[in-house]
Amino acid sequence: MTTTTPPTGPLALPSGEEPRRNPLGAFARPTATAGWRSWMTSVDHKRIGIMYGAASLFFLLIGGFEALLIRVQLAQPDGQLLSADAYNQIYTMHGTTMIFLVVMPIGAAFMNYLIPLQIGARDVAFPRLNALSFWTFMGGGIVLNSSWLLGGGADGGWFNYAPNNGVVFSPSHGIDFWNMGLLITGIASLVGAINLIVTCLNLRAPGMTFFKMPVFTWMGLVTQFLLLFAIPVLTAAQFLLLFDRLFGARFFDTSAGADPLLWEHLFWIFGHPEVYIMILPAFGVISEIMPTFSRKPIFGYPFMIFSGIAIGFMGWGVWAHHMFASGVGPLSVAAFSVSTMFIAVPTGVKIFNWLATMWGGRLKFSAPMLYSVGLVTMFTIGGLSGVTHAVAASDTQQTDTYYIVAHFHYVLFGGALFGFIGGWYFWWPKVFGYVLNDRVGKVNFWILLIGFNLTFGPMHILGLQGMPRRIYSYRDGYGFNLWNFVSTVGAFIIAVSFLIFFWNIVRSRRAHVRSGATMVADPWDARSLEWSVPSPTPAHNFDVVPTIRRLDDFWHRKYQEDAGGKLVRVATSEEVAQPGNGEGVHLPSPSYWPLVLSAGFPFVAWGLIFNLWLCLVGGILVVAAIYGWVLEPSTAPEAHRGSDDHDPDDHPAPTDDGAAATPEEAALVD
Amino acid sequence: MTETTLSDELDDARALEQRSERAAAYADGPDGHDHHATNTGISNPKLAMWVFLGSECLLFGGLISTFLLYKHNNQAGGPTPHELYDIELTSISSFVLLMSSLTMVLAVSAIQRGEHSRLRLWLATTAILGATFIAGQVYEFQVFVKEGLGFTTNAAGSAFFALTGFHGVHVSLGIVMLLSALVLSLAGRIPQARAEAVEIVGLYWHFVDVVWVLIFTVVYLIP
Repeated sequence: MTTTTPPTGPLALPSGEEPRRNPLGAFARPTATAGWRSWMTSVDHKRIGIMYGAASLFFLLIGGFEALLIRVQLAQPDGQLLSADAYNQIYTMHGTTMIFLVVMPIGAAFMNYLIPLQIGARDVAFPRLNALSFWTFMGGGIVLNSSWLLGGGADGGWFNYAPNNGVVFSPSHGIDFWNMGLLITGIASLVGAINLIVTCLNLRAPGMTFFKMPVFTWMGLVTQFLLLFAIPVLTAAQFLLLFDRLFGARFFDTSAGADPLLWEHLFWIFGHPEVYIMILPAFGVISEIMPTFSRKPIFGYPFMIFSGIAIGFMGWGVWAHHMFASGVGPLSVAAFSVSTMFIAVPTGVKIFNWLATMWGGRLKFSAPMLYSVGLVTMFTIGGLSGVTHAVAASDTQQTDTYYIVAHFHYVLFGGALFGFIGGWYFWWPKVFGYVLNDRVGKVNFWILLIGFNLTFGPMHILGLQGMPRRIYSYRDGYGFNLWNFVSTVGAFIIAVSFLIFFWNIVRSRRAHVRSGATMVADPWDARSLEWSVPSPTPAHNFDVVPTIRRLDDFWHRKYQEDAGGKLVRVATSEEVAQPGNGEGVHLPSPSYWPLVLSAGFPFVAWGLIFNLWLCLVGGILVVAAIYGWVLEPSTAPEAHRGSDDHDPDDHPAPTDDGAAATPEEAALVD
Repeated sequence: MTETTLSDELDDARALEQRSERAAAYADGPDGHDHHATNTGISNPKLAMWVFLGSECLLFGGLISTFLLYKHNNQAGGPTPHELYDIELTSISSFVLLMSSLTMVLAVSAIQRGEHSRLRLWLATTAILGATFIAGQVYEFQVFVKEGLGFTTNAAGSAFFALTGFHGVHVSLGIVMLLSALVLSLAGRIPQARAEAVEIVGLYWHFVDVVWVLIFTVVYLIP
């Protein structure tokens, strides 16, 4: 039942047989667990989660810089910083970067790190595929942003509506980079989704039934199903666009009678579930934080789960509300208007469950809790303006104005990003072994909250005044000046708040090193399984895979009801954590092939744009890596040392003395 | 939700018991050590293939919708696919493809019984039937181009070639998988205990066939 077994593919050798030498001996599985090479070849879900987080922070800097350029341009009338063309590229790339390279991968970072820990697994179902998913995502991000160096970014908006996305209206290669970059990140999402779905379905610890899984893992699972079914629709649309732009097909050629609504439909059938792909993991994050800092179980656990599933299903039935102004006909407009209002019901269920979780709890407003409450309030504001978009009559007034810019920033920044930042403060000690300074975290929160509301609050007013979005400049005298200036000031305050966050990381780490203290496993007195293991999490996750008897099992081993029904503490988290040192735990060895395989994709993309010979390079890399991957021995020969007598399928026996293996030796089998 | 009643505890105990029984059943199965006891009882690779095929449905769904939208659209000139179909030819190649599902089943059942030469025979036959189908498709494409309907002629042509072409690429990848399995079998790397590898290739192959049934109906049979 554990995930420790080396044979990871159907073609791996039967256990008991000596692994054969790799026919390409130079590419034998590496064993290093330290140094930069170990990160490039790592297949550990925790390291991949950390890399996803680091990469998304890097792209956040790029996307944030683009946002500041937009705000500086619009700070006063007749802004001269950017030309119309440059402005088109920057707002397109800002939206694309923030959605595909920041919010989605931050969610992936949390899900990769936490889901195996929360369900009591040693790793994901396919560790190498997990690494492939990360490196492929990086490849897509590089292709997308390489456009800045190779002739300019996409300029059609993050949705790139037809026919503006055709070569007639956008003759530069910007949209090709957009198209290929997102096709590649799509592969990454799909591979990751398959991996995490199989992990959740197959690798839960004994006793961890579906309705004992933590809410975060549940929301992650729903998100992965959304990705699984939404990404291929975008992929289909993007292939059509690719054929149009590079091979002269007629899918979006309106002069040849093509229907531009085809792109809008395919795009939004992907694009609306995408909204929930971004927000559901953040909902999951605060569903872990709220009970911990309210000292109460989550209120209405089954309602939390079923409302998440309902959001997942209903997300597919509302896509055309993005198209009320596109002329889809009165019947469609009415139907999608109604279905859109219905989706507010499960979302409202969640909001009220969070409130009820806090109700009567012993609330502690540490930084993670502040961000969670921030999510609930900001998301509710965004939800209310969302209802005005669901009403088609008001939507046609508001659409393509700054009102909608305000709406989706309240939902995705005030919602998803607030939740994720709260998650950073919450899980930082688990991942890196030191707590971020709470007082700085609170300052960070209030500055972010003020900056956020100064930036996006006035956009409601600008929108209702009629200021159109996607316009690079405006004249004096329309009444737009004041609120645009306020909004720009707010954007810089947001930037300052992120600098405070980075400063907090450095400062807290220094303070931790200076104090020389060891990190406790469970600093928040939390509820789910990941807090039962040491901080930072050891490579093998659990010394002994736990057996689960009830929801919040870890909590209930720390607290039990006395005769009067009152919860009393019966054990510390150290007492609850099982003894052992991971002796005999087999984990798959690192591998070069995910990196090599994903390095092929950018070359194929650049080749299609510039020179088909590059496609050959990419193709060779991909095919060689696939065969190397399949034929790779299931584990590095050296990694067998000292643990040959263990059947890897067995649970390792708990050890009492811990003398059998040093931590270094345990790390060798990683 | 945190209160655990007696019946909850009993449910838990029963579930745990069932799980360990299921795990034991797998450990003692005919192909023994090969399976890990997973929560679902389905191995990770096989479940992954099922999940992947679920997402493929949406890819083909998008392409089929596109075809349905454009199938009569020849506003840029040229014929539409419907004016050019040779139903007899396509029926025969469809039949060939469906027969390949039968030979795939025979391949899986051969390796499950440990009959390696049968496995190789049926794998090769499946690959040849698939290749025959692809040959028919290439011939059809070439006739269409000769008759004046290319990929770039009109929207209907683009939609037709994209949909059937994507299916053709899927079949071709399937053939590569079959041939790889054949080579691995010859190298002795598919013992009976690894029958599941062939079964997983088979899942993919059957999916591609089933999708063709849908495409054949939607594209060729419905006017």
